[in-house]
Amino acid sequence: MFLAAFSAPVWAQAPDRSRPPALAPTPQLDLPAIQKRALSNGLAVWLVESHEVPIVQVNMVLRAGAGDDPAGKFGAASLTAAMLDEGAGSRSALEIADAVEFLGAGLTTTSSFDSSAVRLNVPVERLRDALPLLADVTLRPTFPAMELERLRQERLTALLQARDDPASIAPMAFSRVVFGAMHRYGTGAVGTEGSIKALSIGDLTSFHAAHYQPANAVLVVVGDIKPDAVLPELEKQFGGWKASAAPARRTPVPAAPQVARGGIYIVDKPEAEQSQIRVGWVGVPRSTPDYFPLIVLNTILGGSFTSRLNQNLREEHGYAYGAGSSFDMRLSAGPFVAAAGVQTDKTAESVREFFNELTKISTEPIGADEMAKAKNYIALGFPAEFESSADLSRQLEELIVYQLPDDYYERYIANVQGVTADASQKMAKTHIQPSRFAVVVVGDRKVIEAGIRALNLGPVTVMSVEQALGL
Amino acid sequence: MRVAAALLLFSLCVLPMRAQTPAPLLSVPYTQFTLANGLTVILHRDTTVPVVSVNMWYHVGSANERPGRTGFAHLFEHLMFEGSKNVEEGQFDILLEAAGASNNGSTDLDRTNYFIDLPANALELALFLESDRMGYLLDTMSPARVDGQRDVVKNERRQSYENRPYGMASIEIDKMLWPPGHPYSWPTIGYMEDLTAASHEDVVNFFKTYYAPNNASLVIAGDIDITRTRALAEKWFGEIPRGPTVMPVAPPAAILTEVKRQTLTDQVRLPRLYLAWLTPRAYAPGAAALDVAASILSEGKNSRLYSRLVYETQIAQDVAAFQASGALGSSFQIIATARPGHTVAEIQKIIDEELEKLRRTPPEAREVQRVRNQIEAAFYRGMERVGGFGGKANQLNAYYFAGAGPDYFAEDLARYTSIAPDDVQAAVLRWLPTDRRVELIVEPEAQK
Repeated sequence: MFLAAFSAPVWAQAPDRSRPPALAPTPQLDLPAIQKRALSNGLAVWLVESHEVPIVQVNMVLRAGAGDDPAGKFGAASLTAAMLDEGAGSRSALEIADAVEFLGAGLTTTSSFDSSAVRLNVPVERLRDALPLLADVTLRPTFPAMELERLRQERLTALLQARDDPASIAPMAFSRVVFGAMHRYGTGAVGTEGSIKALSIGDLTSFHAAHYQPANAVLVVVGDIKPDAVLPELEKQFGGWKASAAPARRTPVPAAPQVARGGIYIVDKPEAEQSQIRVGWVGVPRSTPDYFPLIVLNTILGGSFTSRLNQNLREEHGYAYGAGSSFDMRLSAGPFVAAAGVQTDKTAESVREFFNELTKISTEPIGADEMAKAKNYIALGFPAEFESSADLSRQLEELIVYQLPDDYYERYIANVQGVTADASQKMAKTHIQPSRFAVVVVGDRKVIEAGIRALNLGPVTVMSVEQALGL
Repeated sequence: MRVAAALLLFSLCVLPMRAQTPAPLLSVPYTQFTLANGLTVILHRDTTVPVVSVNMWYHVGSANERPGRTGFAHLFEHLMFEGSKNVEEGQFDILLEAAGASNNGSTDLDRTNYFIDLPANALELALFLESDRMGYLLDTMSPARVDGQRDVVKNERRQSYENRPYGMASIEIDKMLWPPGHPYSWPTIGYMEDLTAASHEDVVNFFKTYYAPNNASLVIAGDIDITRTRALAEKWFGEIPRGPTVMPVAPPAAILTEVKRQTLTDQVRLPRLYLAWLTPRAYAPGAAALDVAASILSEGKNSRLYSRLVYETQIAQDVAAFQASGALGSSFQIIATARPGHTVAEIQKIIDEELEKLRRTPPEAREVQRVRNQIEAAFYRGMERVGGFGGKANQLNAYYFAGAGPDYFAEDLARYTSIAPDDVQAAVLRWLPTDRRVELIVEPEAQK
């Protein structure tokens, strides 16, 4: 207050609009300390205190996901996770749901390609009542047959409904084109109609027994807690969790062969008002040494509002509501994809613009301003990723699943700022080679086919929705 | 103010079955002042992370549109990102990204909001950009700029409505619920032909009528110094001239006197049922009880409709009950999708049975308490985030706009924790009758 009175009063100034105001020095982000402990059975516990709001987030993270599905059993990890709260300990599915909701808690079970998690968010005063539920659901699921049948039908119906929606068909068809039906990444984590129908209770209990083990898990606790007060509670609930067998050795999903040659796949959706376009190939794994140059590169290409793809397809041409690109980095190389939904009568024009930008990213130099903008967008926006307990817990999960070093986040901003335009552009030459890309277009064939053929981008294959999804 | 005082009384009621430890009081301390030009400014300090959110509400939405120009408030929102006198086209987002900011805007029936979340050191950049488009948007506006965003918005409509399964249903429901000429009868996204008709001249008139400081409210929340930020708000926004006073919307009365039925066809495999009623406007008596009723009907596995339709009989793939609240009125909707081999008639029969049960008998105390506990926890979770559409900054503005005072969090929560089982029964009985509602069915097109 006193300082403000002595310094030049800002309200006396007329604003200078001739240039944007100069930015004050970037604030320091003080990352909260991660306290790493272990229970008597060896279960690792990572705790972060955050006392802003009387809420606590407790995540049991398992290093097992759809990438660990046994051969021929696509969807086992996903369905196992979904079944955890459908009966556990002495409680039925309905009793678990009632108990969780009555505590004002949220309890979710989830599984991705690389990990599974049970996540509890609860008012801190009710943590003691909620922890036994988390323990039952994670450690003692009962896999009732009747609930399995219910979830099976729910999932089959959801797959059926996905066939109605071009925005759902496109990513499924693209994965299948790029990775093939046999590779795990060619099919979504939930599996196919056939694999879902075939999964048995035994498949789920086997998956649970093999992968839900203390040596394979980390318990993340973030929120309004004191470690020394909460650890005895955790010990009581999870300290007796013993390894039931030697934990399954984690074998990563085999690296997929790269797409051999470009091709365009038109998936016919008669009368569609828009065409959903996906362009790309096999990208990189999360462990790539090129991680930082690649995220900066992608921010420039299609990872932000001012990215080249969005500027071109949305702002310059108005063909789309939005366009973007991403490297989906998993334990093995996931897809690199550029994507947009575009108006049907501009489909070929849009595909051409995709190829223009995907070509230019490695042939036209990245300007200094463009580079600085992208790096700052990532690095300076970084603190916002740590705002809530849930945000923070997810950042810790990333460290756990991808076994990143302890100082990963401390070095993050410096690693981003250290990327050079040369390094990013070199990445583009290696990882973005449009002449070899696969293109999937879900749209009204009778309107879009001729224009797409006229682009001469490679062989054109026309498919029905069912063919594209392998049905 | 009258509403807030009445609700404070409720919060003193003794609530049964609460956890022993009372939760700490929800409170978001704020400083509020009004500039000479009429701009209301609300400041809130939260230093959890070194981030600031600049959250601007213009008190105009699609309800202020006129027939023939539907969708205009939203199209206009798009133009707010395209540059102003001192910000070249494209620079708005370029400058913000280069500062590590994220930003967005949204339009609904009653208001248009914009947020810029950015590192605390860049606060003044956000104020420069936000004030430049409030004061000087028209200086560089052109028909070409309008054309560009017209195309983008038409593609937004195609993506979210025409090309999305069941996407046209919500547009049809609003048309059936609200009388012709009522501003909630048309979609915020607008009709295609109206988007085509929107002109540069419309943009000029709309800006002059609605985008003045006296029709807006600005929240700056996060890692700020209150005194300095107050001075910065004066500095950047003080010079913008006041605009005309905006007349409140005077909608025709909305009443349903019968059941209105319609069937649409779409490229979908499963039929879907929509039931809709007109209900009290946001924050009015009865609104909170209906929100609780919606949760009792469809939130969680034990909710009445979910447990019967999805869990037990498994004749539905999904069911959702919710109230869409607006300043001029609200609608209560129940939406359910039939499983293969089942019909919407089977589903409707069970929905009507469950509604009738609630009309005859209050819900169990535990059912209501379960919902109240969930809502209470959600309020605390909401305290964790400052920016974005779901953070404290936006909620301060929402409460201010509703006329309740920015820090209405505790009173708003009390609206829900004070709901008793009888209130739910009374609300369902009064507001969700069987003989005055909209019934819409979306059926699969015949396969070609």
